Amino acid sequence: MYNVQLGFVDYAVLAIYVIAVVAIGFALQRYMKSSSDFLTSGRSIPAWVTGLAFISANLGALELVGMAASGAKYGIATSHFYWVGAIPAMIFLAVFMMPFYYGSKARSVPEYLKMRFDERVRALNSIAFAVMTVFASGISMNALAKLLNQLLGWNYHVALWVCSAVVLVYVLKGGLTSAIYTEVLQFFMIVLGFAPVVYLGLKDVGGWGKMNASLQTVAQNPMALNLGDKPYPADAWTSAWGPLMGGTSTNPMGVDLFAMVFGLGFVLSFGYWCTNFLVVQRAMAAKNMTAARRTPLIAAVPKMIFPILVIVPGMIAVALTSMPDKGYRIPPPIVSEQVYDNAATVVKASASLDATAGVEAVAKAIGKKMDSAKVATLLKAAPKMTDTEIKQGLYNAIAEYDYDGVILSLVKKYCPTGLLGLALTALLASFMSGMAGNVTAFNTVWTYDLYQAYIAPNKSDQHYFWMGRAITVVGILLSIACAYFAAMYNNAMDIIQLVFGFVNAPLFATFLLGMFWARTTGTGAFLGLFGGIGGSAIFHALTTTTSNLDASGHVANGMKGGYLGLVQKFPSEMAQNFWLASFAFIICLTLTTVISLATKRTKTDEELRGLVYSLTPKIQDEETAWYLRPATLGIALLVCCVILNIIFR
Amino acid sequence: MGLDIRWPIGIMFSLIGVIMVVYGLATGGDVEMYKRSLGINVNLYWGMILLGFGVWMLLLASRAAKAAAGK
Repeated sequence: MYNVQLGFVDYAVLAIYVIAVVAIGFALQRYMKSSSDFLTSGRSIPAWVTGLAFISANLGALELVGMAASGAKYGIATSHFYWVGAIPAMIFLAVFMMPFYYGSKARSVPEYLKMRFDERVRALNSIAFAVMTVFASGISMNALAKLLNQLLGWNYHVALWVCSAVVLVYVLKGGLTSAIYTEVLQFFMIVLGFAPVVYLGLKDVGGWGKMNASLQTVAQNPMALNLGDKPYPADAWTSAWGPLMGGTSTNPMGVDLFAMVFGLGFVLSFGYWCTNFLVVQRAMAAKNMTAARRTPLIAAVPKMIFPILVIVPGMIAVALTSMPDKGYRIPPPIVSEQVYDNAATVVKASASLDATAGVEAVAKAIGKKMDSAKVATLLKAAPKMTDTEIKQGLYNAIAEYDYDGVILSLVKKYCPTGLLGLALTALLASFMSGMAGNVTAFNTVWTYDLYQAYIAPNKSDQHYFWMGRAITVVGILLSIACAYFAAMYNNAMDIIQLVFGFVNAPLFATFLLGMFWARTTGTGAFLGLFGGIGGSAIFHALTTTTSNLDASGHVANGMKGGYLGLVQKFPSEMAQNFWLASFAFIICLTLTTVISLATKRTKTDEELRGLVYSLTPKIQDEETAWYLRPATLGIALLVCCVILNIIFR
Repeated sequence: MGLDIRWPIGIMFSLIGVIMVVYGLATGGDVEMYKRSLGINVNLYWGMILLGFGVWMLLLASRAAKAAAGK
């Protein structure tokens, strides 16, 4: 409701961070002598750096803001996105897939697809990926500029252009190396910037035990806080597996066990961590095969403990909301100051009306669902209150939540000047690392997989070096354009993201067959991918969620599926997405297998050496101590992951 | 590439740490200001942690530089 006022110290912290990331770009400029230096880091970076960059590139806005929101909505079950939906896939990438990505000398994931299959598969993947990264970057930057506007009162356009300009400067100067190095710096900034907020929040609610006790009370009657429309078992917010085992009605996610384990834990997570060039690019920049394989394993360690940093704040927010003496609520949806002014006038004018009419008038003025009891109390007390007090009362009486505002509301609550600057810098760092990750992946795919492959082949390396830098500028400008597009056409953006979901869902099936079955053909892979994408679209058109049905059982919003008919209703959008991914994966896997068996192989065993598991000599790790080998480290990480799942079961 | 990332990380966190410690010392008596952080002078304590982290990074970087110079 009110902007945060930054002090001189806050701006000083922010300025030091900006100077540091820009200085890294300038310091690396003299090492950029070829397209390989600029776009692939010349494969020269140590494992601990690529490992932290690997995780930092994924630690964008979605992670910090979105996971805190999910922590508030679903509690500790959000950790499934880490301990089921990330760690196993990262270990699989390190042990089984990096030898092919790195050993094949491919400069990008689409280039690997070209080497393994043919140009058609590469073109489909690279075009989809290039468009997707620009949109993802734009969506993220739009969210950042909006946040800075709402939180600090900064002008939207200035925030968008200044943040983009900082990313442009350091990526343009130092290429992928600069992005990777700054991602390491951003990783530490994010951890050290948000850790005190989590500590203070936990201390405020009385520690872990007290927080869990509050959440158990909330779970049994979430209606009291407008957090849900039905009671759940007491452990719904505090147990990761218990409510899930009870079925879709006993967990706030509305997801069943199969969808969680197969849909999220296998199809979606392996599809993201093992095939998304944005993260794989970091491992491909490592200085040798050992470093490349260790990259995802090093990244898995912080990934495993990140729920403390990103999910617990959401749980703290719910616990605080349930404690009236703490004076905190999960923030309501953003309402402009002008609307609050008008509503305050309505409150004063309605004080003489009867309670029901007064509540209705106030709800109409605010335009949100209101807590009737709180509004009635406010109406009674209004004659003795100041305008500011009335507006604060209205803020507290809105019976809707903007979960994305959770992390920032905690920053506002606990951070005095100084620490506030650090936390906001951490937030900026997360957005910048996400944008730089997208831009560096985009410029590599454009230069090598689209420009060099189809537009201007056989040019000099210096020409591609120039193109890499030019497309970096274009990529940033396209991201800014997409940010404006996202701000203006919210619904169009939803459709675009939906289509990206269709494209991504079947992708892992193509990689799995390509890497582990030599008989897979280019035609099989290409048509299988299209079949998977089509299968996704059809599945979406024939299914929807129960909340998307009106009183007469008809689909209310076609964007949420069911616009061609209704074959299946899911309890939640998350369940629908997990099942959609599972369906698309199975369609793609089946089609690719059948078509491959029906078509002739175009690649010989010799051509597939280094690209397919059965035809590639196994890497001998004899010179490495047994406990440092990727397989050993992977098993150790998997055991830790299982232990965490047992502790929070 | 010839830049050890621990140098910029160390310098940045040392600088931020120093600023926060100094600010924490300067505002230590401001009870009202630190009410929101539950009465803890977070600038002083967290600033010391950041400063310690920054100095540790600088030590690691200088040790690596010395080792590289000898090779």
